[in-house]
Amino acid sequence: MIPYQYIWLIMLMPAFSFIINGIILRIFFKPKAKIYGYVTITAIGLSAIFSVWALISLLTGDSHEIAVPDITWAVIENGVTIHIGLIADQLSIVMAIVVSVVSLMVQIYSLGYMHDDDAGYYRYYTFMSLFTFSMLGLVLSNNLLFTFVFWEMVGLCSYLLIGFWFHRKSAADAAKKAFIVTRIGDFGFLAGILILYLNTGTFDIAELHHLAVTGVLGGMVLTWAAIGLFAGAIGKSAQFPLHVWLPDAMEGPTPVSALIHSATMVCAGVFLVARTMPMFIYSVDAITVVAVIGGFTAIFAATMGLAANDIKRVLAYSTISQIGYMMLGLGAVGMGLAHEIADGHLHVGTEEMLVIAKGAVAVGMFHLFTHAFFKSLLFMASGNVSHSTGTFDMRLMGGLKKTMPWTYAVFLIGSLSLAGIWPLSGFWSKDEILVSALDNQPVLFALALITVFLTAFYMFRAIYMTFHGEYKGGATDDGVDHSHTHEAPKVMVYPLVFLALLAIFIGWWNLTGGFADFMGHHVEHAAHSFFGGLFNPFTHALPVIALLVGLFGIFSAYAVYNKKWITAESIGKFFGPLYTLVFRKYFFDELYENIIVKLALVKGLFTGFSLFDSKGVDGTVNGVSSVVISGGRAVRQAQTGQLQLYGFFIVLGLVIIGLCVYFFG
Amino acid sequence: MSVGLEHYLVLSAVLFCIGLYGALTKRNAVIVLMCIELMLNAVNISLIAFSSYIVPTLLTGQVFAIFVMVVAAAEVAIGLAIILAIYRGLTDIDINNINLMKW
Repeated sequence: MIPYQYIWLIMLMPAFSFIINGIILRIFFKPKAKIYGYVTITAIGLSAIFSVWALISLLTGDSHEIAVPDITWAVIENGVTIHIGLIADQLSIVMAIVVSVVSLMVQIYSLGYMHDDDAGYYRYYTFMSLFTFSMLGLVLSNNLLFTFVFWEMVGLCSYLLIGFWFHRKSAADAAKKAFIVTRIGDFGFLAGILILYLNTGTFDIAELHHLAVTGVLGGMVLTWAAIGLFAGAIGKSAQFPLHVWLPDAMEGPTPVSALIHSATMVCAGVFLVARTMPMFIYSVDAITVVAVIGGFTAIFAATMGLAANDIKRVLAYSTISQIGYMMLGLGAVGMGLAHEIADGHLHVGTEEMLVIAKGAVAVGMFHLFTHAFFKSLLFMASGNVSHSTGTFDMRLMGGLKKTMPWTYAVFLIGSLSLAGIWPLSGFWSKDEILVSALDNQPVLFALALITVFLTAFYMFRAIYMTFHGEYKGGATDDGVDHSHTHEAPKVMVYPLVFLALLAIFIGWWNLTGGFADFMGHHVEHAAHSFFGGLFNPFTHALPVIALLVGLFGIFSAYAVYNKKWITAESIGKFFGPLYTLVFRKYFFDELYENIIVKLALVKGLFTGFSLFDSKGVDGTVNGVSSVVISGGRAVRQAQTGQLQLYGFFIVLGLVIIGLCVYFFG
Repeated sequence: MSVGLEHYLVLSAVLFCIGLYGALTKRNAVIVLMCIELMLNAVNISLIAFSSYIVPTLLTGQVFAIFVMVVAAAEVAIGLAIILAIYRGLTDIDINNINLMKW
């Protein structure tokens, strides 16, 4: 069993490297010194080792949780005490593994990718350390208050790293956009936390779970609180309608996209819903919202991925779509459970109920787990491609298969996994989601199945445009000759190979229901042997259908983009307005920019505020002064300068006083 | 008919009212100053009358009257000086035209 201090160290190691890099080493070394990278890699490597150790402890031990004592952080008057504490159960340790392992691979990869960035090198690793620290804090925190604090910190790091090349206006704008759009969701998150706190007096997640399961917390309060939390998740995880920031976030360095905008931070929303699952399943409305938003986003983002020409944007839309899948996975299982609870079919004790509720996240979390590895792999492979061709525009690429065999191989593995091809990890996790969607929500299942086709199509469109055909010359506007492409340096290939292995094999953890069992989710028809599990899908209709749909998607892409039996242009023409709609991203950027920001906010609300300020506030101040001024102007007429008049009034006053005294005194 | 306190007080009041009337209506600043002297002396009469009728053994009223005379003399000296100064500036001592203190 791992001592609990190491759980703290999982989170704190990157904090140390942040401090060492950002404050101490900068005094002694140049900004481009290699040591910043090595310090970060060492620290995150230790985090990864401790995470794996914690996982092994949980797998082999009897307990589902490693107890970590709380530290009192603040005692406020009226007996309010706020603790800092960590929770080390299956969910947070699985997330910690994802974060630390992916982060480690990204840091190693960055040694090569950021090699030419002389001035920003140390800044990059400092921010990356801070991000990893915040993300680990977010997943390990045991109360919502600190979850929120770390939530904002990862948002900050995302802002800093998207705008890493801030001298480019597009990057600075994208950073701002990401920050502001996610803030909208964060408002809901904060409101949800406050609703919970006002009604229960606690931030502690375990306590809140208990209150929800025992029915103390329920009704509209729980529904609104859960929807508030989910609003935060929508913002952070770029779900519809707050998805607009993620494609623009691709302005950041590619390793940043691989770490923050595919595997970890954008999955924080999924994690948050998973973490508070016992609350969601006691509100049918809230969990339905999760499932519907997730299912809709999955297909909505996938369609936008079809028309994007920037390889990283294709991956970004794919990420949004896959996160929608995860939400759908959480929502579908949760809805089943929520309906059972609402109908009163579930007769179990509190403790057992808590286990069931927490186990409900297994399906969604499994997809998060597998997706993190193959999607960060895909991002970094696209970074290799850009490293060689100087661009992310797929129309300028092609034929890279020959010169970049390793990158091609890992990209292919990642894409096959993402497309859900047997026996890669994506197949297993996607299959689980489809099964639960079919059980609970046939409409959402149909959307998800179409998404399988779209996913396979756009990924292999990207492959054929990038790696097959003739090389089209790469970037022409950066003054560097890209006519001869080359494989990326070894340091940028090895992490990808490692992730590719994970992308192939990690899904097998659940062949015999191992992952679900670990998360506390009971699987009824789990296979008993490894090979039984491996070939089990072929005995059921649904996995075979999903597999065929995926293969059909690949074949369609092959037909259009490799063999050109049907040209992409003719498809675009055939669909005409629909193509424009998708290509312009459903005009959401225009909607937000022109209607909401320019019209509703700037012309409407802000003009209203400005009017209130100039007329209301200024009017009051000016009114008071002008009343005083005109009053003074009127009263000063009495000051005639005529001494005798003053004397007369003095006498008159005396007479009046005298009369008053005489008559009333 | 013997002369009593009331007669003195009536005389004093009449004298004071004449002075007050003059002080409030006359244009010439010197005459205004003279009228103020009249008012002061009206007060002196009533002070002395009160003193000799109510506390005949004490000379408090008389002493007070002498004080008033001293102050009045000083006041005339300063008042005339002010009027002279104004006359030098404005070549006029019509009190209606002396309105430098107007808003």
